[in-house]
Amino acid sequence: MALPTYADPLEKIWYYTYRTICALIFIFLIAPILIVIPLSFNAEPYFTFTQKMLSFDPEGYSLRWYDLLLTQPGVPADVPRDAAWWARVWNEAAWINAAKNSVIIGFFSTIVAAALGTLAALGLSRPEMPYRRAIMAVLISPMIVPIIITATGLFFFYSNPCALISWTGLDQQCGRLAGTYFGVVLAHATLGIPFVIITVTATLVGFDQSLNRAAMSLGASPTTTFFKITMPLILPGVISGALFAFVTSFDEVVVVLFVAAHDQQTIPRQMWNGIREQISPAILSVATILVIVSVGLLAMVELLRRRSERLRGVTPH
Amino acid sequence: MKKLLILSTALTGASFAANAQEVNVMSWGGAYAVSQVEAYHKPFTAATGITVVSIDADNPATPIKAQVEAGNVTIDVADVEYADAIRLCDEGLLEEIDMAMLPPAPDGTPAAEDFLPGAVTDCAVSTIVFSTVFAYDTTKFPEGPTTMADFFNMEKFPGKRGMRKGAKANLEMALMADGVPAADVYATLETPEGIDRAFGILDKIKTDTIWWEAGAQPPQLLADGEVAMTTAYNGRIFAAAVAEGKPFGTVWDGQVYEYDLFVIPKGAPNLEAAKQFITFATDTQRLADQAKWIAYGPARKSSGALVGMYQDGKTEMAPYMPTSAANLTNALASSYEFWVDRDTELNERFNAWLAAN
Amino acid sequence: MADITASEIPAGGLVTSDGRPLKTALADAQARAKRRAFLLVAPLLVFVVVTFIVPIGQMMHQSIYNDGFSANMPRITAWFAENPIGTEPDETAFEALALDVRDSAAAKTIGVVGTRVNYEMSGTRSLFTSTGRKAKDFSEPYHEALRAADAKWDNPELWATMRQVSRAYSPNFFLAALDLTRDTQGNIVRVPEERQVYVNLFIKTFGLGLLITFTCFLLGFPIAHLLAILPLRWSNLLMILVLLPFWTSLLVRTTSWMVLLQQQGVLNSLLVWSGIIGDDGRIQMIYNQTGTIIAMTHILLPFMILPLYSVMRPIPPSYVRAARSLGATSWTAFRRVYLPQTLPGIGAGSLLVFILAVGYYITPALVGGASGQLISNLIAFHMQDSLNWSLAAALAALLLAAVLVLYWLYDRLVGIDNLKLG
Repeated sequence: MALPTYADPLEKIWYYTYRTICALIFIFLIAPILIVIPLSFNAEPYFTFTQKMLSFDPEGYSLRWYDLLLTQPGVPADVPRDAAWWARVWNEAAWINAAKNSVIIGFFSTIVAAALGTLAALGLSRPEMPYRRAIMAVLISPMIVPIIITATGLFFFYSNPCALISWTGLDQQCGRLAGTYFGVVLAHATLGIPFVIITVTATLVGFDQSLNRAAMSLGASPTTTFFKITMPLILPGVISGALFAFVTSFDEVVVVLFVAAHDQQTIPRQMWNGIREQISPAILSVATILVIVSVGLLAMVELLRRRSERLRGVTPH
Repeated sequence: MKKLLILSTALTGASFAANAQEVNVMSWGGAYAVSQVEAYHKPFTAATGITVVSIDADNPATPIKAQVEAGNVTIDVADVEYADAIRLCDEGLLEEIDMAMLPPAPDGTPAAEDFLPGAVTDCAVSTIVFSTVFAYDTTKFPEGPTTMADFFNMEKFPGKRGMRKGAKANLEMALMADGVPAADVYATLETPEGIDRAFGILDKIKTDTIWWEAGAQPPQLLADGEVAMTTAYNGRIFAAAVAEGKPFGTVWDGQVYEYDLFVIPKGAPNLEAAKQFITFATDTQRLADQAKWIAYGPARKSSGALVGMYQDGKTEMAPYMPTSAANLTNALASSYEFWVDRDTELNERFNAWLAAN
Repeated sequence: MADITASEIPAGGLVTSDGRPLKTALADAQARAKRRAFLLVAPLLVFVVVTFIVPIGQMMHQSIYNDGFSANMPRITAWFAENPIGTEPDETAFEALALDVRDSAAAKTIGVVGTRVNYEMSGTRSLFTSTGRKAKDFSEPYHEALRAADAKWDNPELWATMRQVSRAYSPNFFLAALDLTRDTQGNIVRVPEERQVYVNLFIKTFGLGLLITFTCFLLGFPIAHLLAILPLRWSNLLMILVLLPFWTSLLVRTTSWMVLLQQQGVLNSLLVWSGIIGDDGRIQMIYNQTGTIIAMTHILLPFMILPLYSVMRPIPPSYVRAARSLGATSWTAFRRVYLPQTLPGIGAGSLLVFILAVGYYITPALVGGASGQLISNLIAFHMQDSLNWSLAAALAALLLAAVLVLYWLYDRLVGIDNLKLG
């Protein structure tokens, strides 16, 4: 909104002050995310700008912290980097292993959350759904309940998951969930579910039910209708929800701290350890990579949102 | 869904299978863990083919207690302090360790005589003697503090302090700073007035103190200039000062030294490998080797003679060891008899004190 | 079209082609549709109940149940059950106690027993463990034997405490979580002042939550307003600046604040370089409450901006213009016309931010130092360090109750379906 022509001087001053305030708030929002990027190229083990960095001396910058991500803890850095070396990096480097775990756990928990969540969202969006409000409240609650409470509950539950059915005697065969990939995947799926529900139900709000009825009246079975008509239309919502669920898992540290063993070391947990002991620029290089990943994910979600709006014929006002 | 179940079961299975040729050792992280990896883990893997997984904790005693009590043990060997080793053993949370499984000295002296007095208990074997000292930034104090009292003297040595978040060693240091001779520290702490007195001294620096939890934090706090002086484990300061050339000075006056021990939590998933590891790691040569990497004294008499230079080949280790005569002039041996029973109560009081603003 | 006369309608009302009354057929169809809808939701509901509701229920159970004493001290537990409150411990009681201590020490469970009693009466853990070491030589008379081991065994307060902990189910951990305890008569009293921690921490958590909500509102309102009045092309672009932090890892953002705020950090260096402060006057902005407030405001700000924006966007600018044309000053037009219309957004954003703030753990743990810790951090402390799981569970249950009340309020006022994510 441009400044109206009838504005008096006071309003002009306020107009520019207001824009300045907003600019400052935007800086507050974005600066902390951008600041880590140049610092991750610091040649010195400090996380402040050195004189050399400020004078743009190339010597002030280096990739040593990124290199450290490949070599920590035990891969030699000063040897020829042949295939065997890369194989060692793939198998031994702590950050690479953490990344593998994060992706595996994120992938499986996202699939569980997206599949179950989409199904439930379809049910919740039907006008006939009984107890809609209460069920919705339960399904969204993992997002609202403080994570420490969830983690505490899972800690007790996972060390003896079958305590409740001990009267059947089956609990002896149960094993445990603590310290397993399966346990972490279940927990992360639960945490991702609210995001899937929210995005998919939001997509279904604008969904024209008559399309389904039209398909069925033309002889399509409910399954065909779902896959040919409903699914393509809600797919953008499902994918955004899945991306949210993936990010939730990818960024989750508290549950991992409480129920995972060292085998399931993830990137956030590795970062958590690193931050608590020392923030070396190595952490900042991981942070930079993660910022780039989130920029990519955000771009994807934005594109999906626009596509979905176009598909559903909702034009932005 | 079915496919997913199979996949996830496969995943769970894979994590179990991966455990087969492993021993999981939990220690204190940072430079200390590095010294163990170099001196114990790598040679052990080379000799037996068993992979050693090194896991860090602020104080391994706590997570292994939680693991055993929750019935969910993933750790095979843990490195703990003396009082914790006794207490965990008393509570039935540790496997017993048979003295006979420990190797004799090279000259044939049985392990029972070769280890320093008290270094082996029912459930634990000592590896090193470490010390809690205080260190300072030599660029900030070129003259340097020299006594324990200087640590609590904010007028003469202004600047932030760092201390471990817990009662142990802090209370002793506070009393020694207040002029209590090392020999009387625990007798004083036995009385309620003594405890009040110690907290009274801590009060003087409370608002200027950053409380650290992991042993790797104090050298980092010093290096970043977040604190001017901090208590720390002496080996960490040594590693930062000698290996990384940081401007750190160590004050040995009022140091509190004690053993660090290996224990096996009850229900360890790889019990046999754990025993094998402890037998291997606590022989004369291995203990001596560790001193190449960090300034902690070995717990075997026969290892003492083998300790020489730091791994850089030019730094003599002796002046950096807590047990060197020069460093022992005003030193306190941490009393496990005192801490084994009072740890809970004093930490409770410490946390209430910390939370009260 | 043939006329339908009343006589053609069957006696039972309208029927479907297969002859069933229309009413039942409709009801059946309705029920079938309901069942179908529910079946779609059922798998997820079961999943969430098993992986989320049941674990939290188990945690709540832990907050009222602790058999650390009763399971390991059967004789004295039985004596307490047989003899009413106020009974002086006699030789039978001392015998039961001495034999229990002996057996428990042999079974290496005396530490558990001592820890349980110590939760209620500080300083007693060592009494049990040290007596346990002497217990294998105990002989009659047991009262004398125990007294010889430690005079504290005659303390009536200790006996009152043991009576309390001999019941596995008790509300005592909730009392402890509220800084309350029981005296020797079993009355509920406040704990001594130097041990009052939790109530103050709850107050502090809610206070900081309010403060953070307010700063989020202060920073979020202008931004949301700007985004709402700018042409869509521009606002979509600027919206990315709001959404990017939202999508960036929490740990990354917390790390960034550490980098910015610490004493040798970017902000302090900037201030020193510009000459505002001296090199020795670097400001402590992190590892205290300030650090927690700044970092959490940054992290929660998008949760304020998004609901505000979605309410502000549809407000037609003509309303304010109409007010202006009727002679209102710009301030009056804003206050009387614009602001009231944004109230739903303010309510939604504030409630959401407050709910998330009171349960925060990671950020205070990393940047809060000693003074910036919230109730979640104390729950984590009791879970991971002091290992007083029952107390942790009781604190968690109290926090959960508070959050659920707020959640219910949110559902009432805003509606969970209106929760938006960008």
